[in-house]
Amino acid sequence: MTAIVTGVGAEGNIRAEPDARIRIGRWIILLAVLLAVGRFALPPSLVRPPEWLVWPFADWINFSFNFVKDDLGFIHVTRAFAASVEWLLDVTANLLYGRNRWPRIGPIPWTTIAVTAAVVGYVLNGWRLALLSGGTFVWIAVMGQWRWSMETLSVIIVAAPFSVCLGLVLGTAAARRPWVERLLNPILNIAQSLPHFAYMIPVVVFIGVGPKAGAIVTIVFATPPMIRMTLLGLRKVPSEIIENGHMCGATRWQLLRFVRIPTARTEILVGVNQVIMQCLAMVVLASFIGMPGLGQKLLQLLQALKIGRSVEIGISIVLIAVWLDRCTKAWAQRQPVHFHRDSTWLDRHRILVVWVGLVLLTLAVAQIWPIADVVKRSQALTISKPLDGAVDWVIVMIDPATQWLRGFLIRYVLIPMRDAYLWLPYVSVLLLLAGIGHMIGGMRSALVCAAFFGLIAASGWWDRAMITTYMVSFSVVLAGVFGLPLGIWAAGSKRRSDIVLLVCDTAQTFPSFIYLIPVVMLFGVNDVAAIGAVVTFGTVPMTRYTIEGLRSVPESMLEAADMSGASRFQKLLNVRLPVAFPTIMVGVNQTVMFSLFMVIIAAFIGTQDLGQEMQRALSSTDVGKGLVLGLCVAFMGLMVDHLIIRWSSERKAALGID
Amino acid sequence: MTRTSAEPVILCERIWKLFGDHPDRYFASLTGTPDYEKIRGDGYIAAVRDVSLSIAKGEMLVIMGLSGSGKSTLVRCMCRLIEVTAGQVRVEGFDIGGLSEKALIDLRRSKMGMVFQNFALLPHRTVLQNVAFPLEMRGQDRVERHDRALEMVRLVGLEGREEYFPRELSGGQQQRVGIARSLAIEPDIWFLDEPFSALDPLIRREMQDEFLRLQELLGKTIVFITHDFDEALRLADRIAIMRDGAIEQVDTPDRIVLEPATDYVRKFTEDVEKARVVHATVLARPLEDGEASDAVRDGNPIPGDSTILALARQLVNDHREFIPVADANGAVTGLLPRTEALAVLFGEQP
Repeated sequence: MTAIVTGVGAEGNIRAEPDARIRIGRWIILLAVLLAVGRFALPPSLVRPPEWLVWPFADWINFSFNFVKDDLGFIHVTRAFAASVEWLLDVTANLLYGRNRWPRIGPIPWTTIAVTAAVVGYVLNGWRLALLSGGTFVWIAVMGQWRWSMETLSVIIVAAPFSVCLGLVLGTAAARRPWVERLLNPILNIAQSLPHFAYMIPVVVFIGVGPKAGAIVTIVFATPPMIRMTLLGLRKVPSEIIENGHMCGATRWQLLRFVRIPTARTEILVGVNQVIMQCLAMVVLASFIGMPGLGQKLLQLLQALKIGRSVEIGISIVLIAVWLDRCTKAWAQRQPVHFHRDSTWLDRHRILVVWVGLVLLTLAVAQIWPIADVVKRSQALTISKPLDGAVDWVIVMIDPATQWLRGFLIRYVLIPMRDAYLWLPYVSVLLLLAGIGHMIGGMRSALVCAAFFGLIAASGWWDRAMITTYMVSFSVVLAGVFGLPLGIWAAGSKRRSDIVLLVCDTAQTFPSFIYLIPVVMLFGVNDVAAIGAVVTFGTVPMTRYTIEGLRSVPESMLEAADMSGASRFQKLLNVRLPVAFPTIMVGVNQTVMFSLFMVIIAAFIGTQDLGQEMQRALSSTDVGKGLVLGLCVAFMGLMVDHLIIRWSSERKAALGID
Repeated sequence: MTRTSAEPVILCERIWKLFGDHPDRYFASLTGTPDYEKIRGDGYIAAVRDVSLSIAKGEMLVIMGLSGSGKSTLVRCMCRLIEVTAGQVRVEGFDIGGLSEKALIDLRRSKMGMVFQNFALLPHRTVLQNVAFPLEMRGQDRVERHDRALEMVRLVGLEGREEYFPRELSGGQQQRVGIARSLAIEPDIWFLDEPFSALDPLIRREMQDEFLRLQELLGKTIVFITHDFDEALRLADRIAIMRDGAIEQVDTPDRIVLEPATDYVRKFTEDVEKARVVHATVLARPLEDGEASDAVRDGNPIPGDSTILALARQLVNDHREFIPVADANGAVTGLLPRTEALAVLFGEQP
């Protein structure tokens, strides 16, 4: 009953409040426009952030980092941790590619690893996954990329369990103790919107460069989603199941170990999936701090514009990504199946026996034919020659078009747009955002928006931030232009949406780095290429959420529209899109996040935004500068996130969906 | 059916459960016995309001009420899944509110079993492992708990499904697992929280029969929750009807139907076919001195534990004004006024 009463109250508020909210918001925006129009009359301190506004955040951060590192002796802790990680890395490195370290029994023949992967795939989801798993490793070995791939995988093998354990412990603590959750929540919000590079700089300071730094930055980067999923899973355990645990006389530990965690299994395993995918994304990027492996090779080849070879590496990375994703997802979704009561030990462990047999067989074969043990560089196949040829041919063919597009975009769109963003007085931008915030969420949102961008102004990186903003906003618009119609088209039938969703799913598993290969191929190294990569990357969530939004419109509404005599187009315009719109906006939110991350990564193919500065900070290991830049990016993301989520949940509540 | 003895197994003494921001502080500020609306006006929900109840050994008490009436909360107070705000719950004489965590766990491991509305089975464990779960918690060894669990699985008729996982079973079968699990430790007190509500009507009927069979076999002290009045009438020794956290009436089904204590209870019983519920013994007036021999002379007595409905044909055909009623041993215990019984049969107001 109380719920109904408050519900009525809230409804009343919705009706009464927005008018005032929007009216005030409009006034604020009008003021912002006036300030922009009257820019010439403004004092300079209102156009560019003045000296006194810029606070030396970087120095403060550097100071506190030095204090923690040297004065508190934290560096010894991190060094000790790094040493243990390094030991584990050496063990896996020895086993996977025969690095000369303890236990000195490796390398395991590649055929053995391939059949093991295939058997795991079979256990998890049948023949098709077995084929994908085995095939991935065969491709890697045959293309002569075994060593680099194993360097990459060895880091994932070491880092992922650390992240999973860390996430489980912190997630469980947060689920049990409200204050831990309150403490972790803002940290996680910021951590999940910090670009990859911001994580690397402190790690370089504390650990140095190389594989162990790569592993540690991967652990740190991959932990937040695990915390989130653990918390979510534990929260979702039905109260009756917990009560049953109590009534069965379980102690607190028994309850956690035998009831809560196993019941939250699916969410926890989805967390594991996310951890592994994040690990892969990070480990590829960690090449910037001297992590050897596929990422480093790709970086070198891309910088040398060797498209054919980088496509080969790209295919390997994509295969590994899809393989890891499918396996962990299948694991999460796997339901236990019982054996018949009278089945024998052999029946129950048939796959294990087959696996042991295959391993013994491949070990024996590897003794006889060395090629089944290690594929040497000289024996490896390559498709780079024909690929290069084909790519050259395509480029020559479409070169006039891309040249024209590039020139047109740069001259008539990008540069004018960038200049316009830079021309805007910062107070005008702040007011504009505050106005939008006020329209969406009242005073609080207005302050949140102004505060996030105010801090960016105070960081001293206003111009760089505006360049990032322009690239992101342009990319998001383009992603909408491509993604929305694609999503609407795909949502037209079940089959189409299944196919497009599968493509989106797969594309989302690729490490962001991969998206740079085709755009560099087409546009070379410049702003257009960067934007191309960002748009491609950002179109994926856009399409995906459009489809999901449209497909989840209740059937009864569509039937009602049909019976009201709505045409297909009227139905789309008046029923499906309005109802799907909140979900589509969540897609826009993700697109913004993806774009921000990608813009920063794209920095190394030459942009002049925050990303470029961040790379400089990385090479000079300037923690303060790096973190300030990272936080600037995070604040942009958090502001957009705040606005869209606020709007979309209010809208969903008003529509009575979900 | 009823095996009662003097000492109550569960004794609730004026227990209260308030939900809200600071229930203890708020309760201390209360004077007298405020009603539900006033408490709600102060921003608190009185899920259990001044409930006193005693449950005898071997008795089956059914707590009945609409959803939100506080019946689930009350039963959770009895087993201390929820802490009471005020009052005392005594289980076999011990104040369970004062037990340490360890003592409480020991009590549950040895004395209590509970069945849940949505079965609450652990999805990753087989039927057998689910049933063995409480045994595992108290550290029984593997072989012993396997045997015991198997025995329980047989008892509820799920033999051959031991290796199945919960999701491979139907709702009725899942609840059978729930019942087997709650009985695995041989509890003295058996709590059932709307155990059959999530089942189809046909299955529900079947499970009620099954439940009665088990109760016949085991003779536990039972607290059974339901929102289904027919179910309550069918199963209960006594029914407690709850509304807004308070108990409106606790009585045998016959008396609840015949003499509802409040308007609320009357509304519940209105649609009930009373003849189906009321037993001959209850309607019969006791024998006065010297009447025993007359009664016997008057012809064949009717069995007292039959319902009026079961006696319908005989009541209509009989012409005696008072029909003798006999107990299970055949001894005449009272005289049934025929017109009164016919009034009940035809649903007329007495």
